[in-house]
Amino acid sequence: MKRSLIRADLAEAIYQKIGLSRNESADIVGTILDEISDKLESGTNVKITSFGSFTVRNKNQRMGRNPKTGQEVPITPRRVLSFRPSHILRDKVNNSD
Amino acid sequence: MTKSELILRLAELNPNLYHRDVERIVNCFFDTITDALAEGKRVELRGFGAFSVRQRDARLGRNPRTGEAVDVDEKKVPFFKMGKSMLERLNQS
Repeated sequence: MKRSLIRADLAEAIYQKIGLSRNESADIVGTILDEISDKLESGTNVKITSFGSFTVRNKNQRMGRNPKTGQEVPITPRRVLSFRPSHILRDKVNNSD
Repeated sequence: MTKSELILRLAELNPNLYHRDVERIVNCFFDTITDALAEGKRVELRGFGAFSVRQRDARLGRNPRTGEAVDVDEKKVPFFKMGKSMLERLNQS
């Protein structure tokens, strides 16, 4: 099983390719994710060309079921984050190997 | 917010960096994620969410206009699941 890519790998890539220091690279990875998260939290959608778009969606209350006991429980209304990959990303993922 | 607005914002927060470097950094960030997914890897960003690749089986689809049956090949699609802390952030109050 291939290892997952994590924040540290993104920082390493920036360190290698852009030439920031290791600390600066790690910081900017955090800042990018924070900026995107802040926007989403305020209800603003985020669209990254050639990657995809993140949208915040409102879900109404619905009935769910506790899978263990089978008991019906209401699922509270909530906001969820969904991601729609761009065609470029879809093509790259689908045409690999 | 678009990618160029994200770049502007990061340049504002990092006055020590040239605008074109911020642009390269942001591209490097998303290209690295894209390349990992293309290799079939999972990308896990704590506090944000995780990207993975899901396999969709071949199926018999239909042309919605003509109603004609068409074969749809199996394919791999990128998938994102938000992290728990993102769910919490979106639903405070």
